Amino acid sequence: MSRQEQPVDVVLVGLGWTNAIMGMELAQEGLNVLALERGEDRDTVPDFAYPKMADELTYGVRYKLMVKPAKSTITVRHSLAETAVPYRHLGSFLPGDGVGGAGTHWNGHTWRPMPEELRLRSYVEQTFGKNIIPKDMTIQDYGVSYEELEPHFDFFDKVLGVSGKAGNINGKIQEGGNPFEGPRSHEYPLPPLKRTLNDTMFSDAAKAQGLHPFPLPSSNASEAYTNPYGMQLGPCNFCGFCERYGCINYSKASPQTAILGALKQHKNFAYRTGCEVIKVNLSDDKKTATGVTYIDAKGEEVFQPAKLVVVGTFAYNNVRLLLLSGIGQPYDPLSNTGTVGRNYAYQMMGGATLFFKDKQFNPFIGAGSNATTVDDFAINQIDFAKEGFIGGSYLLAAQTNGQPIHSLPLPPGTPTWGADWKKAAKDYYGHAMSISSHGSNMSYRDCYLSLDPNYKDDHGLPLLRLTFDWKENDLRMTQFMKQKVAALAKGLNPDFLKVSFKDIGTHYDVRPYQTTHNVGGAIMGTDPKTSVLNRYQQSWDVHNVFVLGSSSFPQNLQYNPTMLVGALAYWSAKAIREQYLKHPGPLVQA
Amino acid sequence: MKRNLIMMLLPLALLATTEADAFDKATINQGEYLARAGDCIACHSIPGGAPFAGGLAIDSPFGKIYSTNITPSKTAGIGNYTLAQFDAALRHGERADGSNLYPAMPYPDYAMLTADDVKALYAYFMEGVAAVDQKAPATALSFPFNQRWGISFWNWMFANNKAYQPQASKSDDFNRGAYLVQGLGHCGSCHSPRGVAFQEKSYDESDASFLSGGKVGIWQAPSLRGGDKGALASWSKAELIDYLANGRNDTTAVAGEMTSVIAHSLSYLSQADLAAIADYLKSLPGDGKALPMTAAATKKTSDALNSAKVGINSGARLYLDSCGACHFTQGQGAARVFPKLDGNALVNDEDPSGLIHVVLAGARLPSTKGAPEALAMPAFGWRLNDDEVAQLLTFVRHAWNNQAPAVTAEEVAKVRQTIPQSVMNATRP
Repeated sequence: MSRQEQPVDVVLVGLGWTNAIMGMELAQEGLNVLALERGEDRDTVPDFAYPKMADELTYGVRYKLMVKPAKSTITVRHSLAETAVPYRHLGSFLPGDGVGGAGTHWNGHTWRPMPEELRLRSYVEQTFGKNIIPKDMTIQDYGVSYEELEPHFDFFDKVLGVSGKAGNINGKIQEGGNPFEGPRSHEYPLPPLKRTLNDTMFSDAAKAQGLHPFPLPSSNASEAYTNPYGMQLGPCNFCGFCERYGCINYSKASPQTAILGALKQHKNFAYRTGCEVIKVNLSDDKKTATGVTYIDAKGEEVFQPAKLVVVGTFAYNNVRLLLLSGIGQPYDPLSNTGTVGRNYAYQMMGGATLFFKDKQFNPFIGAGSNATTVDDFAINQIDFAKEGFIGGSYLLAAQTNGQPIHSLPLPPGTPTWGADWKKAAKDYYGHAMSISSHGSNMSYRDCYLSLDPNYKDDHGLPLLRLTFDWKENDLRMTQFMKQKVAALAKGLNPDFLKVSFKDIGTHYDVRPYQTTHNVGGAIMGTDPKTSVLNRYQQSWDVHNVFVLGSSSFPQNLQYNPTMLVGALAYWSAKAIREQYLKHPGPLVQA
Repeated sequence: MKRNLIMMLLPLALLATTEADAFDKATINQGEYLARAGDCIACHSIPGGAPFAGGLAIDSPFGKIYSTNITPSKTAGIGNYTLAQFDAALRHGERADGSNLYPAMPYPDYAMLTADDVKALYAYFMEGVAAVDQKAPATALSFPFNQRWGISFWNWMFANNKAYQPQASKSDDFNRGAYLVQGLGHCGSCHSPRGVAFQEKSYDESDASFLSGGKVGIWQAPSLRGGDKGALASWSKAELIDYLANGRNDTTAVAGEMTSVIAHSLSYLSQADLAAIADYLKSLPGDGKALPMTAAATKKTSDALNSAKVGINSGARLYLDSCGACHFTQGQGAARVFPKLDGNALVNDEDPSGLIHVVLAGARLPSTKGAPEALAMPAFGWRLNDDEVAQLLTFVRHAWNNQAPAVTAEEVAKVRQTIPQSVMNATRP
């Protein structure tokens, strides 16, 4: 029998970006809101305080701010024929932990999706015909359009204090921005970050090839800034400890620096840490949630009654909670029935390292989103029928850090230890820059999430199982990008060049870091047969459950997910405030 | 801000009936607002305790004075006070039993209050505050300070007992600002120098010493004179308002005792009242002791820091390694986020104790309605020893345009003793 807490209007599961946003919106509505966070409380001071944070071994290599696999992990396999095994050492992706979630240790790359990406299946079918979509590719439309989300993109830009240069304001193309982006209603709140040498070199090389370079939109503030909530950011000092670290000086937008201080002013908002939600409780008819059950820091099981449940944990944890709670029908790829767990997708990356004996890049001068990019090979720029794949990438020359353990690129053929390694490290530290591609990943019938039949967590509950592998379409896409990156790299005439792109036939490897952009599994859409959530991120099955985060994406964008994740949270909040609270029930009739 | 009001409990037989009956909501709300302006809660509550239940120990030169319970409890608070008794206590330091309050309670400042405001405060304390039936500890000073009758002489010699007289020649804003600053705000109790009997040397702008600076423990309460040649001459009215409302503005950030004044009192005031206060402070001429500022002096230090050609164990090196990340080599910080160190009042204070405290223990801004982010500087007490802090601060106090005496390791050690190790270790890896 669990202990029972006082009922609340709204319980938020997790306190990262999405539920910080939802908490603010619903607290403004006057509702009694409670957030339950599995991890510990975190704030700039004391948790990210200088100089403690500038410790690569502790935070960058041993992942002190990330989830501990011993406490929480998933199992992984490539195909239905295999037995999945646990992801025991963080590598490929780094789920966050504690208040702020992954929003505290991100790099701050802040991209809006292209309008075409939100209606991807329609766009492909209408532009190139149905038959170019491979048989088991399960891409879908989101059910919400760029135009509908634009006010939320715009507001979230302002909340984050994004530093950048607009390329398209209300349809007018702007010099120096991204000419291929969807129209935005306003210029970015802050000017771009200062440029480093790699930016200038990449920019020149791109222009020489007729491409359109622009500064990567960044949630590292270029200037002191106050956002619409009155929260403040200080100017980024390019300290070089961004991704994997909490920001030492209030420069990187995070739930802490952009929302939580203002949210805590609301007396009708509260949060509890060390509370791991293990189940959304349902009424007898399974049509509504009655609250959630969590295990507190002392190990006690607690029932928290609530009128509305908003699930906003890390993407795949959202899926697991739905499966553990019996919300929606679990997806079965064999019979192609059910929805929960369907359309897991990831991100396709590639990169090149350029070595120059005579150039000093000072890589320790870095910021998470200090980069120059081109979007000439984006989804709305590629002829899929001609190139033989569906997808796109942006290319970027980034200089985020010069940390010696995991950011010390050395020329091809250098031994990995010993005197020759030492010599190369001495000769080449600071003499390299990179050009990378960051691209889309489509969804497929057999890439999905389910409960693992063998492995359990410390509460005896099944772990989540990931079945995923790279598919030819996406490998062809990255091979296409390889040509483009190599051409740009050669244009800069480096002394040595290292190019690393996945070849056709490459299998997914969980060991090297790629990105933490895991998406899908609880996707939004227009049809309850093929989506878990309706266009407002409301459960088709249990109307007082909303699910926020990149688990809503039916396939992955070519971009980083945070901007869309935040804008969708505002979009759902608006629907709750304007429609749901007046008439609780399904916002879309199935 | 350490003030106090002492009320001994009376035998029940002597109690008068109160007049607290059904004040209208608007009056009670007005009283609540005025109680915020007077920051009554700061002294009459203990951290985490019930509002206005008293019990805060206030260190005075004569011993510990405990603040009283001023909730409407009839057994432990002021629930039996009539309006007249409340007025006598608030404005003249007379308790209901006729004995004197210690002037830790700023009644010489509150004497300025209008009858209407006293009534609104009375309405609030009788009907807007929850009664707490728990007595605060009694103050027991040693002889002769326990002889409260002696305070009558002090009152006769030193205390102001006149209500504020609006000056017809001045603007409404000036008069409103003067009323708030001299009266409820009791700014002079910290920011005006004190005389031989610990009295405020002046109670209004007719005297040049008024608000020219004082001391609160180790903290300097800087001069608030913002007129020509005044310490705050370089602050615009908007910067003054931002500071009062939010503890931060384009050049500076609050530290020390003023933090709680902004958190619990000033941040609740209306923009109009803050503007009036700013107007009044901007009208007070200074004594020309403001620090001269030149761009050349700023550049000289920032060039040296930018070159990174600094001694391995020098104060400049310590600055680069521990401070530059936020305050930058130009010492300008960032508007409203990181205070500017170039010309900063705390940095240039004759007595470095407050500045040392900030370095050792860190500092945190209050979270206010207008600026909800409680921006913080981490503590460096775990990282820097006394010699290093002395060296660092000696450098900072001579860097850019700053001109202040060197800091010694002994001065650092003295402040360090007052800070719990846990506070200094809060940000230790």
